[in-house]
Amino acid sequence: MAQPADLELVWRQQSRKVLATLIRLLRDFDLAEEALHDAFLAAAQKWPVEGMPENPGAWLVSAGRFRALDRLRRRKRFDAAQVDLLAMEAEDLVADDADLPDDRLRLMFTCCHPVLLPEAQVALTLREVCGLTTEEIARAFLVRTPTLAQRIVRAKLRIKEAGLPYEIPSSAELPARLDSVLRVIYLVFNQGYSAYSGETIMRADLSSEAIRLGRMVAQLLPDGEVLGLLGLMLLNEARRASRQTADGDVVLLADQDRTLWDRDMIAEGRGLVERAFASRQVGPYALQGAIAAVHTAAPTAAETDWTEIVGLYGVLQRAAPSPIVQLNRAIAISMVRGPDVALPMVQALLDTGELADYHLAHVAEAVLLHQLGHRDAAVAAYGRALQICRQEPERRLLLKRLAELNAEAAGDR
Amino acid sequence: MQYMFLIYLDESKFAVMSQAERDSFGDGMLDYDDELRASGHFITAEPLKSPAEATTVRRWNGALTTTDGPFMETKEHLSGFILVEARDLNEAIQLAGRMPLASVGSIEVRPVGVLKRSTA
Repeated sequence: MAQPADLELVWRQQSRKVLATLIRLLRDFDLAEEALHDAFLAAAQKWPVEGMPENPGAWLVSAGRFRALDRLRRRKRFDAAQVDLLAMEAEDLVADDADLPDDRLRLMFTCCHPVLLPEAQVALTLREVCGLTTEEIARAFLVRTPTLAQRIVRAKLRIKEAGLPYEIPSSAELPARLDSVLRVIYLVFNQGYSAYSGETIMRADLSSEAIRLGRMVAQLLPDGEVLGLLGLMLLNEARRASRQTADGDVVLLADQDRTLWDRDMIAEGRGLVERAFASRQVGPYALQGAIAAVHTAAPTAAETDWTEIVGLYGVLQRAAPSPIVQLNRAIAISMVRGPDVALPMVQALLDTGELADYHLAHVAEAVLLHQLGHRDAAVAAYGRALQICRQEPERRLLLKRLAELNAEAAGDR
Repeated sequence: MQYMFLIYLDESKFAVMSQAERDSFGDGMLDYDDELRASGHFITAEPLKSPAEATTVRRWNGALTTTDGPFMETKEHLSGFILVEARDLNEAIQLAGRMPLASVGSIEVRPVGVLKRSTA
């Protein structure tokens, strides 16, 4: 006999799949959400008496569709054409009842459609595909709940007005559309990964949601960049436990306790990056994944294969040019050829002004200046970094560095 | 999470309606209560009497004062409420938007807070 706990489990495992299929069938987010609610209500009434059906997902889709048809018919000005269409689709559905198609990827493409604003793509994906509540998403992104709710309402309206199809794009469109899906997943991951304090617990959940989304897309569409992104996320996530102290202070890669790294996750991440390279569709995510793989392969920071990393950043700069990639490449070069070669590269980048607001660029300059013995100039560069750094744990680290430099200077005098 | 839907209406819009039109809103709201009850969202709903019968009570600086009429000075007044259980704010907004009076009035949706006795 089905117990409430079973229903809870089915909700967790099936509700997003069922919703995605209902959205495809009903071509309406709100109607599908009502139908999902109705279907679970019907399950709560019937399953304890009749037992759990063999295929709960198919049962829920069929119950939801039935209730939605009922609602449409009862509404004053129902669209007769829509009802006919639904009845027709319902027949198709019964035919392959046992083998319910996975519509979540289709839904993901709709939620990440380029006609929607990036922040709306993220909010819609988290709510519709991952099943987070408006309140949870708002908390994770530090936005007021009514603001986020409005974003979702507007996005759904935009989808309806633009008549966006619920489908996986054709092969001609696929690369560009897949880009926006991957960008949303990586944004969700980084929102979870870059948090150091305060909302840490909720934020960590965001990273695991992003990994779940990555797994889902990789399973349904194992494109090189999809595998590369999933690998990149796993290789970063594997280091989570070592990235901060118990007090919430930042621990840099070179100082991290490598015994805390999750070896299984690293092995899985590496495997995915290798598959991405084998697919011959190597893009920016696979390249970043490969760089993360080199870092995690080193038993100690000193044993890092920096030559390999310099090479990978070079390829990445050609595939997806950005001043941040150039900065990272310069830092890697400093490890191979010394700070005197890297410093002019970092300073040239800073002179372009593109990285003026990126505090890590000033930190890089400070580190290189210090290594070359220009202590006063290093202090000034740390000062510039502090002026633009907003994250409290990062600021604490910079202040600590400054204090160390000043103590060193006092010792010399 | 529970949400309160506060229904604001401008009476002058109803003054120009036929009795049948006014009745259709009353019946529509009762039907909607039944719909929310059937879907498991409903907690409670009541209409409020005209703002002319409203009193605003204050106890500022310890002195009890009362004011006749609604405390808001707009053409719309609070005319009813529905308390629902919804998964999140977006589901609550969807439910509020579907109520018949949403087409003529404004519905304020507010999450219901929990009043906790201070432990101090």
